[in-house]
Amino acid sequence: MKPRRLFWLIIVLTLLAIFVDLPNSFRLKISLPGSKIGLKDIKIDQEISRPKLDLKISKFRFYRDLEIKKGIDLAGGTHLLFVADMSKIKEEDRSSALEAVKNNIERRINLFGVSEPLIQTSKFKDEYRLIVELPGITNINQAIELIGQTAQLDFRELSQEATAAASFADFKSTGLTGKDLTRSRVEFDSNTGRPVVGLEFSDEGGKKFAEITKRNVEKPVAIFLDELPLTMPVVKEEITAGRAVISGDFNLDEAKKLSIQLNAGALPVPIKIVEQRNVGASLGEESVHKSVRAGMIGLLMVAFFMIAYYGYLGFLAVCGLVIYGLLTLALYKLIPVTLTLPGIAGFLLSIGMAVDSNILIFERMKEEIWAGKPKLLAMELGFGRAWDSIRDANVCTLITCFVLFNPFNWSFLNTSGMVRGFALTLGLGVGLSLFTGIVVTRTILRVLSIKEKK
Amino acid sequence: MSWIRFKWLYFLISALIIVPGIYSLIRWGLRPSIDFTGGTLLEYKISQQVEKEKLEEIVKKIPEIELYSLQQTSQNTHLFRLTPLDKTKAEEIKNKIEKEFNINVEEARFETIGPVLGKELLRKTVVGIFLAAGFILLYVAWRFKDKKFGVCAILAMFHDSLVLLGTFSLLGHFFGVEVDTLFVTAVLTILSFSVHDTVVVYDRIRESQKHFPSASLESLANKAITETMVRSLNNSLTIIFMLSALVLLGGETIRWFAVALLVGTISGTYSSPFTAVPLLVVWDKIEKRK
Repeated sequence: MKPRRLFWLIIVLTLLAIFVDLPNSFRLKISLPGSKIGLKDIKIDQEISRPKLDLKISKFRFYRDLEIKKGIDLAGGTHLLFVADMSKIKEEDRSSALEAVKNNIERRINLFGVSEPLIQTSKFKDEYRLIVELPGITNINQAIELIGQTAQLDFRELSQEATAAASFADFKSTGLTGKDLTRSRVEFDSNTGRPVVGLEFSDEGGKKFAEITKRNVEKPVAIFLDELPLTMPVVKEEITAGRAVISGDFNLDEAKKLSIQLNAGALPVPIKIVEQRNVGASLGEESVHKSVRAGMIGLLMVAFFMIAYYGYLGFLAVCGLVIYGLLTLALYKLIPVTLTLPGIAGFLLSIGMAVDSNILIFERMKEEIWAGKPKLLAMELGFGRAWDSIRDANVCTLITCFVLFNPFNWSFLNTSGMVRGFALTLGLGVGLSLFTGIVVTRTILRVLSIKEKK
Repeated sequence: MSWIRFKWLYFLISALIIVPGIYSLIRWGLRPSIDFTGGTLLEYKISQQVEKEKLEEIVKKIPEIELYSLQQTSQNTHLFRLTPLDKTKAEEIKNKIEKEFNINVEEARFETIGPVLGKELLRKTVVGIFLAAGFILLYVAWRFKDKKFGVCAILAMFHDSLVLLGTFSLLGHFFGVEVDTLFVTAVLTILSFSVHDTVVVYDRIRESQKHFPSASLESLANKAITETMVRSLNNSLTIIFMLSALVLLGGETIRWFAVALLVGTISGTYSSPFTAVPLLVVWDKIEKRK
């Protein structure tokens, strides 16, 4: 591509990045005292808010609120780690049981209105684990207790006295509980092809269910999970086979969700808390505040050094680095990347490597100029020569990032969020710095030296 | 300039730093934080000044609790290290202190960690490092068409991690500095930095080899070190500026993390021309003698 066109592309990209980087809403205040020079005073005081990103392309939806996600070590919050006791669950059902527990915990946490909880499952050797992170929340003793409870599923019927205007409070327990349910899975209706949720009962459960359906034909039977209603199908006929299907107007996702929720009761897994970390928001905030300021001072020193040592070139490199910073921040918001302390370390290291690319190039250019080459040629040669070392050095870093990030979830490697956060920001940073170091700085240099020549 | 002539001096300097570190590592090891040992960290913000000894006394009186250490982290915050506790026990401590001194206690931090996880993290990270080192070795050996380059780059990388581990073992023994999961991140960072830096110097040797195929490796190495010296110093200076700012002005939670990065950066810069390259030359000489 022609340098000039590339130059404009970079500017457009940077503007887009700035747009993404801006806080979601801020106040713009400008007042120009125009009356002194015989004009009207101009006062602008307006709340500007940026729309959230919400793209829909057929079924695929891309939604970002464009906020920086902070890990609990920065924002404060609670980190909990549970181990699931799978001793009573059959080998083949364990994965779906874990999925059900996770889903159920999610549901319970949502009741507390925690914004953006992180719930992960992981398996290490024979241990099934659940990691729960609740940003911004530190005092949740009750919540921890509630999360730790085993799911309670039961089937309820309408009491005899209930009228047509019955509410959920009028349902009473039938004695049929999650224990009587063997498992639930999504099936497809053989006539309509629509997804339905299948239920499979134990022998005893099947008998109980037969009685319940017998006395409730044409009436609703509600299924409650943790005292909250899940679904309320109407019984069509007596069911004696120990198997039932709930058919409704749901799509595949809804059917899956219901089936997982039913499994939470069917495959009850006791969980035990093994790790708990609370980081007070004040502690995190103070530390972050100081560190951010220190980082800014550090960056300014780097910029100052580059300009002092390399002059004009250094200034261009700093421009390149500013673009780099803006692009990185935008990328963090778009992906989105959850920032933690190790993540910031990765980011800082990647800045160091980006600066290094520039220094490598400039040193080469100087050498070529000393060797008597004309400036423009020296510039092109400098970039070309430095490229080999920049590429090999950065590939080595990317290899490390790849192993540490462990994208295939190999169980012998790390899956901890901390090390991953580090690997992700470093990897992204190195990738982007290759782009800014080679493309951005180079294009700016080219365009400006073409102008110089004219 | 003939840098390589003083290769034994460079090895001596490395040894002077690494040997005490290794001694300390074997003798005292690292001082693990509760991330690795398991336990509870409690940090309280107390509204009034209270003497440390008095706090200690109170906590020690509570049954089923063992206090490892108590540290005053700032004027009115205290950090307790204890056996693993649950939240109710922690509340008990808080209530006791509040009653005893009739003051207000605010919980700034509460962490309880099982001992298994830290060890697992450590083991997996070590596996990861060796795997990454293997891949890097292969990549460098392929790019430079010589296994010597790959092996020496990795050796320099382990040199830097030994410097870092040794330094923190000494810091742990004499100043009570603890090694936590953030330290693991620092080690990882330094490993990446070290290889990155070494490859840049090696690249110069590779390039000169093309221009002067008959020149000895030693003279090429000298040339490469001279040519990259300014760049190495400048690059490290920028990183050192950044880290010094973080050490001096940054928050408490990342101070030792920044120190670890600083030590590693200095070692990583030193090891590229003064460990990785001399090792390469020495190996080459031994090979040629045969």
